[in-house]
Amino acid sequence: MPSDRRLEREAAKRRKHRRGQAIAAASSVVVLGGLAALILTSPGWPEVRETFFNWEVFKDSFPDVLRAFWLDVKLFVLIELAVLAAGLVVALVRIARSPALFPLRLLAIAFVDLFRGIPTILLIFLIGFGVPALRLQGVPTDPVVLGAIALGLSYSAYVAEVYRAGVNSVHRGQRDAALAVGLTETQAMRHVILPQAVRRVAPPLLNDFVALQKDVALISILGPLEAFREAQIIESQLFNFTPLVAAALLYLAITIPTARIVDRMGGPEGAVR
Amino acid sequence: MSAPGDAVLEIQGVTKAFGEREVLRGVDLSVREHEAVALIGASGSGKSTLLRCIDLLEDVDDGDVFLDGETITDPEVDTVAVRRRLGLVFQAYNLFPHMTALENVMLGSRRAHGAPRAEAEERGRALLARFGLAGREDDQPDNLSGGQQQRVAIARAFAGRPRAMLLDEVTSALDPELVGEVLEAVRDLKGEGMTMLIATHEMSFARQVADEVAFLHEGRIVEQGPPAQVLEEPQRPETRQFLSRLLEAGRA
Repeated sequence: MPSDRRLEREAAKRRKHRRGQAIAAASSVVVLGGLAALILTSPGWPEVRETFFNWEVFKDSFPDVLRAFWLDVKLFVLIELAVLAAGLVVALVRIARSPALFPLRLLAIAFVDLFRGIPTILLIFLIGFGVPALRLQGVPTDPVVLGAIALGLSYSAYVAEVYRAGVNSVHRGQRDAALAVGLTETQAMRHVILPQAVRRVAPPLLNDFVALQKDVALISILGPLEAFREAQIIESQLFNFTPLVAAALLYLAITIPTARIVDRMGGPEGAVR
Repeated sequence: MSAPGDAVLEIQGVTKAFGEREVLRGVDLSVREHEAVALIGASGSGKSTLLRCIDLLEDVDDGDVFLDGETITDPEVDTVAVRRRLGLVFQAYNLFPHMTALENVMLGSRRAHGAPRAEAEERGRALLARFGLAGREDDQPDNLSGGQQQRVAIARAFAGRPRAMLLDEVTSALDPELVGEVLEAVRDLKGEGMTMLIATHEMSFARQVADEVAFLHEGRIVEQGPPAQVLEEPQRPETRQFLSRLLEAGRA
């Protein structure tokens, strides 16, 4: 039988909880309702509704945009896999202490500085138009491939730095312990440090992939018919922006679930929420 | 420098400075086969540094360390091969948090000593059982108490069949009620005849287990001898002062 003091405490807790819920509901109605009212009563709303949220246009254009979106999906899956591997290689070269790797280490630093420092859209332009102009034998000229390479280079530079931060965050006692049981530096990295580092940086890595999932649209400047480009083409034929909204919804359909996974992984255990 | 005699570990004139701070100023110490030497001294007196120098986790500045007569502090020495002949247990356990207790113990056997998986696993299980951890094989370190973690760490260091073990304040991070079980594990090693150098704050333990006690003070061993002599009738004023401070703190 719970004591009166305990019942009283629980009742107070419930009251507090209900009050919190009421405040949240009221404030949501005020803020969201206010925003909706602001937009719906704006002088241009009827035209905006017609040109951005036209249901007929949406229905007609959605299948085409969805079909084009398949290229985005294929591209980011492939680029993500390549970036995971390439970023790791660049990070490991940068971390390695072997004197034999000195020139590679310089290259890795230059790689990160260069590809992280150029705006992605500019990089896609330079590689997409510059590489074919070389007219080298055996070098790809397909804009899809070149765009993917440019994006991959840019994201590999970011991801390499994420990995490196992860490796540096593993306590040095772990390396000591690995060496003390007789592992080589390489084994210590592979069996002890990297597994911990990768676990730690999984959320920021996924976060970069949310960014990549939508940056795939940048490849459209080279011409490939991915979702954004397809939507733009329909838009210019119908003078209606609804296809672009359809494309936006498709990007959201993959970025939001990824973002929720990042949230689920959360911070380190015991982090203040 | 004379060649070391029958000592497993022979430390001669070892110095080590971190920047301006001289931690070791010429340490001479030897540990004979099957002998346990307790290394005592105030916090910051260089006990950990000495053990880390012996396991080649730090480079010595001057002097030498011999393991079975071989100069392991030679710059050309194969450091990995030397570490495989020694076992080091850390104050903060330093278990691998992404591995189970069993995997922690198996890692060295598998990767450093090339034992087949089945053999490493069998030895790992046997060692965990020996140190009272049967049934905890699949637990991650996070799910173990400090005392259990330290016993896993002892099993891990012992798994490589080391020639000598170096124990660095293995009970200092533990709650008082957990100290006993870890000391029991060390006593077990001693019973097996393991050659050990034990940095410790536990004077009663040093008295029970150690054949010799060495007092490290301001970077040098100022007094060394059987526990009864060093702990009961210290000759040097520094030793007396250190022991009386411990007594006041209720730790002797």
